[in-house]
Amino acid sequence: MRLPLALLLALCLAAPGARAQDSKKEIEKYQRMIADSSPAELFELQGEDVWKKPQGPRKVSLERCDLGLGAGVLKGAYARLPRYFKDADRVMDLETRLLYCMTTLQGRDGAQASRTAFGTADKPSEMEMLSAYIAGQSRGVRLAPGATHPKEKAAYELGKALFFYRAGPWDFSCASCHGETGKRIRMQDLPMLSKPQYARPVVAAWPAYRVSTSEMRTMQWRMNDCYRQMRFPEPEFASDATVAVITYLTVNARGEPYRGPGTKR
Amino acid sequence: MAEPMKIRTTLKGDSADVRVLMVHPMETGLRKDASGSIVPMHFIQEVAVKVNGKLAIEGQISQAVSRNPVFSFRLKGVKAGDKLEIAWLDNKGERSQIETAIA
Amino acid sequence: MNPLRRVTLQTVAALTAGLALPLRALAAWNKEAFQAKTAADALKNLGIASSAESKDVLIDAPQIAENGAVVPIEITSNVPNTKSIAIVIDKNPFPLAAKFDFSEGAAPYVKVNVKLGESSFVRVLAEAGGKFYSASREIKVTIGGCGG
Repeated sequence: MRLPLALLLALCLAAPGARAQDSKKEIEKYQRMIADSSPAELFELQGEDVWKKPQGPRKVSLERCDLGLGAGVLKGAYARLPRYFKDADRVMDLETRLLYCMTTLQGRDGAQASRTAFGTADKPSEMEMLSAYIAGQSRGVRLAPGATHPKEKAAYELGKALFFYRAGPWDFSCASCHGETGKRIRMQDLPMLSKPQYARPVVAAWPAYRVSTSEMRTMQWRMNDCYRQMRFPEPEFASDATVAVITYLTVNARGEPYRGPGTKR
Repeated sequence: MAEPMKIRTTLKGDSADVRVLMVHPMETGLRKDASGSIVPMHFIQEVAVKVNGKLAIEGQISQAVSRNPVFSFRLKGVKAGDKLEIAWLDNKGERSQIETAIA
Repeated sequence: MNPLRRVTLQTVAALTAGLALPLRALAAWNKEAFQAKTAADALKNLGIASSAESKDVLIDAPQIAENGAVVPIEITSNVPNTKSIAIVIDKNPFPLAAKFDFSEGAAPYVKVNVKLGESSFVRVLAEAGGKFYSASREIKVTIGGCGG
């Protein structure tokens, strides 16, 4: 007599949960299917062209750029970022380092390159193409951002502090959306990025092609856009602040095999 | 005026899975740009897939196909080394073509 | 120069009108069908007077699309001798999205990303032996995140 009643109760309680689960499964199916046929690959090809193209007053390519593993070494380099670079005496993420190489190796105008770092669907930026290309070279490599240098540790601590720092007209911090489990904006699950378990799959799929806007978006863009959504003042491209938050997130994702440029809604 | 394309082929017996990635805005003519003006219609209308010079698939598509189209097809009766050509023609008369060997 | 205007690795691209691939030799783009504003008119202009629902026409697509700009649809027709597959999106301003004709050298299979203006039924029509077979799926479109 007890068993059927318990079963009935279990079914009643499961129903609303089951529907939410179905939605989640269908969305996961959507995400799988768009990732399977993604234009992201084309950005990797274009990025290779940009990497090899002689540019700037010095008319050299970026091929001598040292991303941490030696001049021009791309395999596995993205997975080791952000890290401290002695020549710049700074912790740098990929885009910060590319900006550095564009200015020091190619002699290009840093301010101009920063201004045009985020492209449009009609005109993707070089930074986006380069990010896709270089990140693609770390497919399968475990994320291992720099952890030993004092500045690397300081960047992590600063990033962590910024993650929880509430400010702006809405008194938001990154943690307002990404500091708890079970949160959602419309149909998007909000991952709790302060925990490795949730940070890992996220960090392992940036930069990413955004199908809703047909744009390849990078981590610097993601920082910029999150701050915009929180109504903060705009962070400077490749600033210590953005590098610090990226460092914090990547350290949280340490050990996760990098999946290559992803595809998102 | 060729926009880049990329083909991936996977041979399975005498069938080949083909994935082709194209770069094209596929504008519907319904979208407004940042300044508020309508972006005119600009989309691929015809796609042709040929194996060893023979037409295997003919596609007529509309502006309802997503920007930067990605198609998957399946060819039959093919072998490694067969010549695969894919070409497109858009509503402005622009075209692009790519050739590769099935592998 | 727009870096996109480059040819990628595996290609030998014909850059002039003298293409080895005479696209003009293909059937002309079916203007009437593609410009039809209702699914019924699109089908009419495709010459599809009637169709029979068939379990042999398979549509694999998510029931929920996080964004209507890119909705992946995978279609397989197991109806013998399928010559063509057409995709109609009921609620789109111009419902006919695509039509593929297959020769002996290709399986009646295609995966394509389409745009859905709003949640809609997606219909697939397969032609075989002079008859038409259909299947349909409802796909819900959502707008994600902060709208950004």
